[in-house]
Amino acid sequence: MQTVKMVVTGPFSSGKTEFIKSISEIDVVSTDSKITSENEREQKENTTVAMDFGRITVDEDLVLYLFGTPGQRRFDFMWEILAEGMLGFIVMVDSAKPETFREARSILETFRAYAPTPYVVAANKQDHPDAWEPEDLRIALSIEDGIKLLPCVAKERDSVRNVLLELLYTILEEMEG
Amino acid sequence: MPLQGNIRDFSTTQLLNLVNLSKRSGMLTIFESVPTGENDAMDQPKMKPGGERAKVAFNKGKLIYAELFGQDNGLVAILNKAGKLTDKQAEALKARSQNTSDKALAMRLMGAKYVNQNDIVTCIKQHILDVIYNLMTWSEGPFRFDDNVQPDTQNILVPVELENVIIEGARRIREVEQLKSHIENLDVSLKFPENPKEKFKGVHLSVEEWKVVSYVSPKNTIRQIAKANNMSEMEIRRVVYGLEQAGLVIVVKPRGTGATKRAGSRRTKKAPPVADKKVVNRLIERLKSM
Repeated sequence: MQTVKMVVTGPFSSGKTEFIKSISEIDVVSTDSKITSENEREQKENTTVAMDFGRITVDEDLVLYLFGTPGQRRFDFMWEILAEGMLGFIVMVDSAKPETFREARSILETFRAYAPTPYVVAANKQDHPDAWEPEDLRIALSIEDGIKLLPCVAKERDSVRNVLLELLYTILEEMEG
Repeated sequence: MPLQGNIRDFSTTQLLNLVNLSKRSGMLTIFESVPTGENDAMDQPKMKPGGERAKVAFNKGKLIYAELFGQDNGLVAILNKAGKLTDKQAEALKARSQNTSDKALAMRLMGAKYVNQNDIVTCIKQHILDVIYNLMTWSEGPFRFDDNVQPDTQNILVPVELENVIIEGARRIREVEQLKSHIENLDVSLKFPENPKEKFKGVHLSVEEWKVVSYVSPKNTIRQIAKANNMSEMEIRRVVYGLEQAGLVIVVKPRGTGATKRAGSRRTKKAPPVADKKVVNRLIERLKSM
C-alpha cells in the first residue's frame, strides 16, 4: 500500500488541529497535552506536543496522511522530521491575530528550506469579526502572487477540503510544468 | 471591517506598503498603548488602544493628510515652522482665525500675498512627510485602518505618492539601525589615531564635529561627550560614525566584544520523492467525493 503525506503547519493556535479533525476519517491521533504556559492557556486549553495525525483513505492501495506540526517554537526540532517526504504543505494563519503573521512567515520560510515542495497558505478564521482579508494577508505576509492564499474556516469540512484540493491542484500543476 | 493590529507586529512601513499595493482609501489611526495585563498569542504584553496619537489619511493608495496629536497641525503652524510666516505673524493669525478652516485661511493668506499656492502645497507636503517619517520610527502602538473614512473637507489635502515615502522611510530606519548596531554601547570612549595631525590636515569639520573632537579622550565616554554637548543619542552616533569613517577617531571598544555569531543555519534537504500524477489525481477524486 502506498502512503502519501501532507503537513499542516503554522503558528500556535492557528487552527492546525481543527483543520485535520474536520477532514480526517479517523479520530485524529492528537498528542495534545495540557498547556503549561499561562499565556498559551488563554489561547486554547490543549496544545499539540509532537504532532496531530489524520488519515484519508483513497482505496486499498493509497492512503493520505495529514500531519499537524506543533505550533510552539520549542518543538521545532520535530518539524524537519515531519517535513521529510511530504507531498506538499499547508501554512495555517490565524487571520485575526496579526501578532502571529511574522511567525507564520518565518515558519513558511523554514518549511520551504526543508523541501522545495508545493504549498498553499490558508487564511484561517475568516469567520472571525477581526479577520484580515486574504488579499491584505498576502501583502502582510509577503506571499508571492503565484502562491495560493485561500480563505479558510478550519472547523468547516468543505473549507478544509477546498484547501486540500487546491494544494493537490498546485502539486499537479508543478508535475505537469 | 477595519484592519486592526499593533505596529509592534505590523510596522507603519508595512502598513504603508499594504495601502499602496491595494490602492486603498481610508484613515489610519495609531493609538497610545494601554496594557491589558494579558499576553497576546506571541507571549507579548497585550495592548488595547488608548488615546489617539496620530491620524493618516489615504486616497486610492496616496497619502493625503497626516496629523500628530499633541502638536499643532494647523496651516499657520505649518507655514510658521517652514519659515513662511514669522512667529509674530503666526501668533496674530492664530488669534484672529481660531474658527477659520485651513482652506479658508489659505485663501486669505494667498489674497494678502503672504504666501502663494505653491508655498502652501510644499509646506503641507513637508508636514505630512515629517509626520510619516516620525511614525515610521515608532515601534509600539495599536492601530486601526478604517476603509473609506476621509478627513474633514475643510482640511487641505495634498496627494503624495507612497513609493518614495516608503523607500525614504525605510532608508532612515536602516540608518538608525546601522548607527545603533555600529556603536551599540555609548559607554565606550574615543581616541585619536596615530599621527592625528596628518589625518586632520585639510579636513573641514562641522561645528558639531569640532565639539565632539574637543572632548575626545580615553577618559570621556561617548555618552558623556553627548551630554556635555547637549546632543541626542542619534546625533552623537551620527557624528562619531562620520569621524570614525574618516579615520579621525577610533572607538575604544571594551574587551570581549565582537560580532555575534548566528546559530548554524538549518540544512536544506534535497527534494523528497515525488508521487506520480496518477496518485495525485486519485487523491483529488477522493477529496471531491467527500
